[in-house]
Amino acid sequence: MINKIVQDMAEAMAGIKDGSVVLLGGFGAVGQPNALIDGLIEQGAKDLTVACNNAGVGHVGLARLMELGRVAKIVCSFPRSSDPVVFETLYRAGEIELEIVPQGTLAERMRAAGAGVPAFFTATGVGTKMAIGKEHREIDGRIYILEQALHGDVGLVEAWEADRWGNLTYRLAGRNFNPIVAMASRLTIVQAQHLRELGEIDPDHVVTPGIFVDRVLHVPYGDPSGF
Amino acid sequence: MSDTAVAAFKPFSRVQMARRAAADIPEGWYVNLGIGIPTAIADHVPMDREVIFHSENGVLGVGPAPDKDKIEPWLINAGKQYVTLRAGGSLCHHADSFSMIRGGHLDLCVLGAFQVADNGDIANWATSENDTAPAVGGAMDLAAGAKRLWVLMEHTTKDGTPKLVTKCSYPLTAQSCVKRVYTNLATIDVTERGFVVLDIAPGLSFEDLQARTEAKLHLSG
Repeated sequence: MINKIVQDMAEAMAGIKDGSVVLLGGFGAVGQPNALIDGLIEQGAKDLTVACNNAGVGHVGLARLMELGRVAKIVCSFPRSSDPVVFETLYRAGEIELEIVPQGTLAERMRAAGAGVPAFFTATGVGTKMAIGKEHREIDGRIYILEQALHGDVGLVEAWEADRWGNLTYRLAGRNFNPIVAMASRLTIVQAQHLRELGEIDPDHVVTPGIFVDRVLHVPYGDPSGF
Repeated sequence: MSDTAVAAFKPFSRVQMARRAAADIPEGWYVNLGIGIPTAIADHVPMDREVIFHSENGVLGVGPAPDKDKIEPWLINAGKQYVTLRAGGSLCHHADSFSMIRGGHLDLCVLGAFQVADNGDIANWATSENDTAPAVGGAMDLAAGAKRLWVLMEHTTKDGTPKLVTKCSYPLTAQSCVKRVYTNLATIDVTERGFVVLDIAPGLSFEDLQARTEAKLHLSG
């Protein structure tokens, strides 16, 4: 019997190695796998590369992970937030590496990784700092730059519903990066608000099919708050 | 420019700028509004004119802000403000949402900017080559991907430096993509001739406008 549902956080986080590339779902506080990020803090892996849209708020979650010196590099589109104090302090001190990626390129790099596409051409960033050092090609009269797929060793995802095969649904804007993080990661760990029996989620409503998911932890925390 | 000219003219307010841009958006367009002043454009499109607003975080069919007692905590826009979803609205993941942008499906994007050049270049994400932790978000995708890009911004900086220039001095967001600029002093098309003035704030002459603009302005027609 396939059962991807794990019983506790230690089981969810087992085996995450130092130096891992960790992809995070979430946009603002919505759809952010906060419990799993806290679990990663507890688990202890270090020298991490973290890819997600923002670079943490206040002193909790991702910001806390950075504050503890566990993140060597952050790949994101928007390192500012309402309170990016931890990131800015580390960045100014030269203690964290930053790779800025246009938001759509970040998303597409994850989808490409999940789809077995090693790199792709895009018009986004042509003629800007983002294009420096990248291969350029003219296709049908327009210039494009080559961007590489972004694989995760680990992906942390927040879902609304999950079953023991790892089929997932999301709630409203909580979907955001989560489905592509699930696709792009070798070990995809999900925190789900609701556990369902097999067959209980209408097959037409499954957004992330279980093939992209490895572990599911039940975390019924309620509604997101604060950005 | 003389002191009397400065005293006499009346710049467009932000509400007037948003209303002016809203009036130019026809029914049926799919539109992304950038964070800041452009977001206010949505408030000036009449509800009976069906314009569909897109937000980068996978929301298509964004409606007005909710009443305080009707906030849906799972529904925000790219500016991380609570929003509503219109009947007919839909959700998608980030790669699909940016496919709408990068695949050329959006009819219009309206962004704020630091500078716009008369060849359509836009600089709106960093104010120096060495900006501490520059934040680009979706601006480069939107500028390069939407069918047309309009800019809504002040005509000059607070100290009077022109923002409509011959060449952007700030790091570029995208090349040759701005089609129209709405400022507090004028509405200006970006054409093969360069900047073409469509209308000017009351009491301001074309010469006064030119004095506040680095690049050459052309009269329409």
